[in-house]
Amino acid sequence: MCKIQRVSLSTLKIEKKGVILLKFNGMTLISEQQLPSIIKRLAHQILETYPGLTNAVIIGLQPRGIFLSDRIVAALHQELPADQVVYGKLDITFYRDDIRRELHLATQTDLPFSIEGKTVILIDDVLFTGRTIRAALDALLAFGRPSKVSLCVLVDRKPSRELPIQPDFTGKEMIDASPYKVKVRWKENDGVDDVILLVD
Amino acid sequence: MALSTKHLLGIKDLTQEDIQLILSTASQFKEVLQRPVKKVPTLRDVTIVNLFYENSTRTRISFELAEKRLSADVVNFTVSNSSAAKGETLLDTVNNILSMKVDMVVMRHSASGAPHYLAKHIDAAIINAGDGINEHPTQALLDAFSMQEKLGQLAGLKVAIIGDIMHSRVALSNIYLLKKMGAEVMVSGPPTLIPTYLQEAMDIKVEYNIDKALAWCDVANVLRIQLERQNQPLFSSLREYNMAYGITKQRLDKLSKDIVIMHPGPINRGVEIDSDVADSAHSIILDQVENGVAVRMSCLYLLTGRTNPS
Repeated sequence: MCKIQRVSLSTLKIEKKGVILLKFNGMTLISEQQLPSIIKRLAHQILETYPGLTNAVIIGLQPRGIFLSDRIVAALHQELPADQVVYGKLDITFYRDDIRRELHLATQTDLPFSIEGKTVILIDDVLFTGRTIRAALDALLAFGRPSKVSLCVLVDRKPSRELPIQPDFTGKEMIDASPYKVKVRWKENDGVDDVILLVD
Repeated sequence: MALSTKHLLGIKDLTQEDIQLILSTASQFKEVLQRPVKKVPTLRDVTIVNLFYENSTRTRISFELAEKRLSADVVNFTVSNSSAAKGETLLDTVNNILSMKVDMVVMRHSASGAPHYLAKHIDAAIINAGDGINEHPTQALLDAFSMQEKLGQLAGLKVAIIGDIMHSRVALSNIYLLKKMGAEVMVSGPPTLIPTYLQEAMDIKVEYNIDKALAWCDVANVLRIQLERQNQPLFSSLREYNMAYGITKQRLDKLSKDIVIMHPGPINRGVEIDSDVADSAHSIILDQVENGVAVRMSCLYLLTGRTNPS
């Protein structure tokens, strides 16, 4: 576990809070060297649970979950013939519960297969309050009735959860409620592969 | 990123970015409409009233479907069975409806500027579903969406708007939109149905010879002859109009290329457009109707996103 997770900010005096926040701003949670191993591990854990991905489909959540799902699918292709990995992308914008608070712009949904009776492995980058996954479950049901839905995330901010939703496959778990924003950066989008903490 | 306006009163008030945002969001809604479950919960705490002071089939059904597919609560109002028939003013009617906690008003009115007047006096977001001979913004947006879907992009496209330009809110909204998106616009029809100031005011081409207009364009948007708005004879007969300006198969066969045929409906078959043209493979008239629901969902969604609950 990295250091910042042990700093309990609620116990600090207000004036010190800002100093501490700035001190850890930009701190690395997952480094560029660690990321490929984590992705490979997640792919292997998925295969261990669902051997050969029989009757299972992978669905990445738009917009930022698909960077992770693209990598995991690439790792799965190392282990399985390409036609055994069924992969789609889901946008959940229209299922959010916060339209009056903030307008989100929709991106492409691409699910060119049936999910009826399948095991769906949802993939997202950060699991925070759980509200995105709640919306994703609703969105998913518009496409059919999966027999099972499981969840794979790169970072699990467990103490910040607002809904009873837990991941089945986790890259890294944060054990303290953190005042930081967890920013997952991807080479194809942000020029670098890592996960850092930012002052929100 | 959000729309620059609180209301959708006309294309005139929109920026190029607004139009792009509405069209790109509409394409996501079009995908939603292909799903086994076409309904999304997006506007589930939003109440919308459809105020139709003028007849409509397509637009009213299209708006109502868009609202229901977004899970909004919908109230319909048509003037024939309302208190407006008892002499209540527009503002009183709307204020009464809004006091029952309505968030958004979709309005069609025979008076140009009616929704603009309303926008000055009420807080709820207003969508203009056609005001007199002024604008019909959602029609122009769905026309643009359909053109973009069929031909790739709007910039550089040559669009001829043909027929009763004088009485058409569809024509004006289309001209504003196409100019903003970098398309070239020509209007064509009998001189009595084209306002003389239009060419100068809107910086567009005017062509009274229909065959030349068809030869020039990539898309022909054919408009209905609006007999209900014409209180003086502007051409001699419907049959003569068809012979001089109607879009017939013979006219299209003479062209060296295929052009896309559009019509906002309702069609007067055998007047401004012949049946074999309206039903041909080059016609995207029914695609326009289909796209209308997605485009209106997009407008409703983006305007709701601009209002705060407080």
